[in-house]
Amino acid sequence: MGITSLLILFISGLGFAALAISLNKVLSYSRYNPVKAEPYECGVQTQGSTWVQFNVGYYLFSLVFLIFDVEIVFMYPWAVVFKQVGLTALIEIILFIFILFLGLLYAYKKKALSWM
Amino acid sequence: MITWIGNKLTEIFGTTLAPYVGYVLIGFAIITLVVLMAVISIYLERKIAAFMQMRLGPMRVGKWGTLQAFADVFKLMLKESLTPAQADKQLFNIAPYLVLTVSFLAFAPIAFSPSLQLWDLNIGVLYVTSVSSVGVIGILMAGWASNNKYSLLGAMRSGAQIVSYELSAGIAILTIVMMSGSLSVSGIIQSQADGWWIFKGHIPAIIAFVIFAIASTAELNRAPFDLAEAEQELTAGFHTEYSGMQFAMFFLAEYTNMFIVSMLGTTLFLGGWMPLHIAGWESFNHLMDKIPPFLWFFGKVFISLFMIIWFRWTFPRLRIDQLLKLEWKYLLPIGMVNLVFGAIITWLGWIL
Repeated sequence: MGITSLLILFISGLGFAALAISLNKVLSYSRYNPVKAEPYECGVQTQGSTWVQFNVGYYLFSLVFLIFDVEIVFMYPWAVVFKQVGLTALIEIILFIFILFLGLLYAYKKKALSWM
Repeated sequence: MITWIGNKLTEIFGTTLAPYVGYVLIGFAIITLVVLMAVISIYLERKIAAFMQMRLGPMRVGKWGTLQAFADVFKLMLKESLTPAQADKQLFNIAPYLVLTVSFLAFAPIAFSPSLQLWDLNIGVLYVTSVSSVGVIGILMAGWASNNKYSLLGAMRSGAQIVSYELSAGIAILTIVMMSGSLSVSGIIQSQADGWWIFKGHIPAIIAFVIFAIASTAELNRAPFDLAEAEQELTAGFHTEYSGMQFAMFFLAEYTNMFIVSMLGTTLFLGGWMPLHIAGWESFNHLMDKIPPFLWFFGKVFISLFMIIWFRWTFPRLRIDQLLKLEWKYLLPIGMVNLVFGAIITWLGWIL
């Protein structure tokens, strides 16, 4: 059916959400109250702004992820042709994963994989 | 049956209008499928949870509480949907649409039965993994726009978690792609005609299945990896501020992602719509062939769903640093070694 199916799925997903949310707006009984519009924090008033910088503790993971995700995308074409190419592909993937493993080991030794 | 419906439509609406009517019908069919499966699995989840804790679960609405999920939908429909005063209103309202639409898009290459497939994309598996991880943008958007500290923390945790476990899931999928030599969903299912990968792929396929199960549970933000919405710490995580139907959209998207992961797992490891065959048992195989393919498919999908629900009531929740340690120090190295191991076995021709 080709790319039309993506269009159908996109429109049906968007349309369903729009229908449900607007139906809710029509059916529900709403009465404004300033307390209702406060951020929910178990009854305590929020201190200061929410949009501040805070220590994420795992930002290095995202950098390591970026490298590894690209490497895994490189492996997809290899996986498809592996059976046809045979021994050459096997030796190459062993070398590739060995180098990738060294990279992971380096990140581990540099404490990039521990909680900051 | 598909061709019969096509012919009927051409008879009634003529050749120019018939395709468009067909498209509208397909859209409605997909919406019905998603909503029906969500309702069934919410009911199943509540009942299974109840039985595992020696309770009865929902019993009041309908016989054995079967209509409870519908009642909940109607209740949510009548609830006021609030937007916090300090929230980023545009992003706050866009996020539910994005999350739900993305989870719908992942249905395109899934094969429900030999003839029931929307688009037999030649990179179908890659498409499903890539599209289903776009949902994290919607989660981050919702968490950021709510202007609530719980939401922001939940969204950040969810982002780190989905991004990390993406790698292990990718490597587990790669193992099967390498064994079958195809990236299209129908190609992978056809390669399992003489046995499912979990049976004929030896140890590498079983290890890959275990890694896939762990990684996909983590990607779904479900217990034991439900740190993004750990109730005791963050009330409800990134959707704390949502109410009414906007909340229901997040809920629906979560369940839709559950089916997509189960369907992907079924396609890759459990043979898709292929019936169970045991070599040598001719009459048994013949009997299994009588069961229609889509029943096989949905049966396997519901078994996978049951497994995901089962995990929730079996394992205690991990801490966030333990969660990241499990991925980076255990699952990823094991997955990479397993891929090489699988490559050697495939090259030696030990696949049954």
